[in-house]
Amino acid sequence: MRRIRLIAFVVGTLTSCAALAAHTIVIAGKIFTESYVLGEIGAQTIESSSHVPVTRKLGMGSTGILFEALRSGAIDVYPDYTGTLAEAILKRPELKSIDEIRQGLAGSGLTISDSLGFNDTYALAVKEEFAEKHNLHSIGDLIPIQSSIRAAFSYEFMDRKDGYPGLVGSYHLNFNPQKINRMEHTLSFQAIDQNAADLIDVYSTDAKIKKLNLRVLKDDHNYFPVYQAVWVARQGFADKYPREWQALRGLEGKISEETMLDMNAQADIQKIPFEKIAAQFLGSDSPTSKGWLHEVARRTKEHLWLVGVSLLFSVLVGIPLGVTAVRFHAAGQAILLSSAVVQTIPSLALLCFLIPVFGVGTKPALAALCLYSLLPVVLNTFTGIRAVNPIHLENARAFGLNRRQVLFKVVLPLASPTLLAGIKTATIVSIGTATLAALVGAGGYGVPIVSGLALNDVPTILMGAIPAALMALVAHGIFELLGLALIPASLRRRP
Amino acid sequence: MLKLQNICKTFEGRPVLDDVNLTVPKGVTHALIGSSGSGKTTLLRITLGLIPFDKGYVKINDQTLLSFTQVEWADRIGYVPQDGGLFPHISAKNNVALVATLRGWNKSRINDRVEELRKVVDLDPEILTHFPREMSGGQKQRVSIMRAAMMDPAVMLLDEPMAALDPLIRSSLQQELKSIFQRLGKTVLLVTHDLGEAVYLAEQLTMLHEGRMVQTGTYRELLLHPASPFVTQFINAQRTLPDASDVK
Repeated sequence: MRRIRLIAFVVGTLTSCAALAAHTIVIAGKIFTESYVLGEIGAQTIESSSHVPVTRKLGMGSTGILFEALRSGAIDVYPDYTGTLAEAILKRPELKSIDEIRQGLAGSGLTISDSLGFNDTYALAVKEEFAEKHNLHSIGDLIPIQSSIRAAFSYEFMDRKDGYPGLVGSYHLNFNPQKINRMEHTLSFQAIDQNAADLIDVYSTDAKIKKLNLRVLKDDHNYFPVYQAVWVARQGFADKYPREWQALRGLEGKISEETMLDMNAQADIQKIPFEKIAAQFLGSDSPTSKGWLHEVARRTKEHLWLVGVSLLFSVLVGIPLGVTAVRFHAAGQAILLSSAVVQTIPSLALLCFLIPVFGVGTKPALAALCLYSLLPVVLNTFTGIRAVNPIHLENARAFGLNRRQVLFKVVLPLASPTLLAGIKTATIVSIGTATLAALVGAGGYGVPIVSGLALNDVPTILMGAIPAALMALVAHGIFELLGLALIPASLRRRP
Repeated sequence: MLKLQNICKTFEGRPVLDDVNLTVPKGVTHALIGSSGSGKTTLLRITLGLIPFDKGYVKINDQTLLSFTQVEWADRIGYVPQDGGLFPHISAKNNVALVATLRGWNKSRINDRVEELRKVVDLDPEILTHFPREMSGGQKQRVSIMRAAMMDPAVMLLDEPMAALDPLIRSSLQQELKSIFQRLGKTVLLVTHDLGEAVYLAEQLTMLHEGRMVQTGTYRELLLHPASPFVTQFINAQRTLPDASDVK
């Protein structure tokens, strides 16, 4: 526990120093196309109406992470959906209206805007030709062909109470169970495209609706739950920056389903950058893109900060821990075991565990990286020292070296090749793992990687992946040089 | 003068050393001989102050070991470990100068002392820049003796100085060592299982067997007036090569 507090203190101090540097409005978004587009629209809206600088933390992990981030003040505002807020955050699915949800969130110090104008909910879709042929406009129109229609529904849709089971009751539909296929959501689009299915479930603003020329059937009975898009903000933000909050609320009712679907398609299919899509929508000039070089430079800075701090920590804490582990057997086993256990926790899970302690942003990312880079350093310090011939230790004592001198003049130099290898491993692991930091809004090379994954856009992914690989190569080179400087010449591997 | 008085040491209830008495007068070279398990290594470690003992005194010039810290004691007794025991990560020169540097000697004082000792052991100056892995067994021994003598201790303690050397180098270094000891003028205790080495280098021998002193004296005394059958047995066991008359 004391160790955790120490880590919390070190990391906390470091990050609050970084945070103190600037007053900015932080806009976040989730890791799917629509959230990126809305986040960017929000960011540009504030930028055009205010001088307060805006920080974008788009592409952060799940609802849970964003909600925690909002509550802790790491972010100020992000787009979400009423249905999600009621179900996932408030755990009160019976709340339907925006007013009810707003009241529910007030207890957590949060507020929401009115609907931005569209509802991203479940819908049923068929191919345009199929709709023409059978004269389909609404879900009720399916009844005449219900026994022959071939459906491909996602697992989630089939299982959720507000999905298929309720739907058939509400519309008195009677599909032929032999002709209903359950499959992965993304595969159902392929199925309908290849005429292997006639009817699929979709999210009403999914870009693929446009791409595959599908017709969304009207929900006459208003059966599907409402997922109105809204801004979710900290009340503190709304109070401190009323003008900016009003600017965001100025978007209420301005984005129709058609418009959103169109913008999603521009991002997903035409690969138009989010900034451009947002600028087009706002009728402003597309912000002069600072270019990929600027983006890479910025991400490099963030990445270096993450890797550098965690590395410093692992050296300052890991080496003493390794030395302690050698000196005290029981403590040693505990140290080695606990740092090994930390290593087995999947990185995403570790990030999630750390959020309640550190909030969101750089802090949990640094904490996770520190913990991950600890094991290689501790373990290699331990093994390196244990491998030193005990005769040298006894001789050193016989020559009159005290404990400190034995450690610094004999043990550590003799263990230095193994020790340095451990620090090198920690660095390389850290460079790789730091790409996940983007999911908690800590920036770094993970940002383009995550956004590229959301868009299925390989060049964007590479914009993060290639520099990360290069950084690992450079780190390797630096450690080779460090080896020349730090490892006694006679202990180096001979070429 | 090195004096061991009534040294007793038990390990896990078993006596390892039982009432060992040994006096090495100033400037004399004395050999402690015995086979493995005789307790000679334990006695060596006790003399160096590395392990505690149950009873008795270790004294150098009438000052007892227990009144010093390990660091203070180390300056009074120069140790030459088996096979030189040089630290592999530093050069020969740095091995020799290590302790002096830690004691804060300045550069010129260190250089002067190193040069002085280099002449005593007759080492090529070039070798001082080498790492132990680049040195021969004989060179390592010389450097190790320089290191042991660096702080000008009253007593030198050598552990099996010839054990790791091949026979030819051994015989040439043997003569060399004897004159080095004379030039250094130190009280020397050398611990060995090799009777030949002991006889050649030391004026007095003490034979140790199962933790007890069997006999102390010159080789001649041991040979002619063995205190027990073990002494004769030990001496004969080391003369294993057949005589010319036995070889056809």
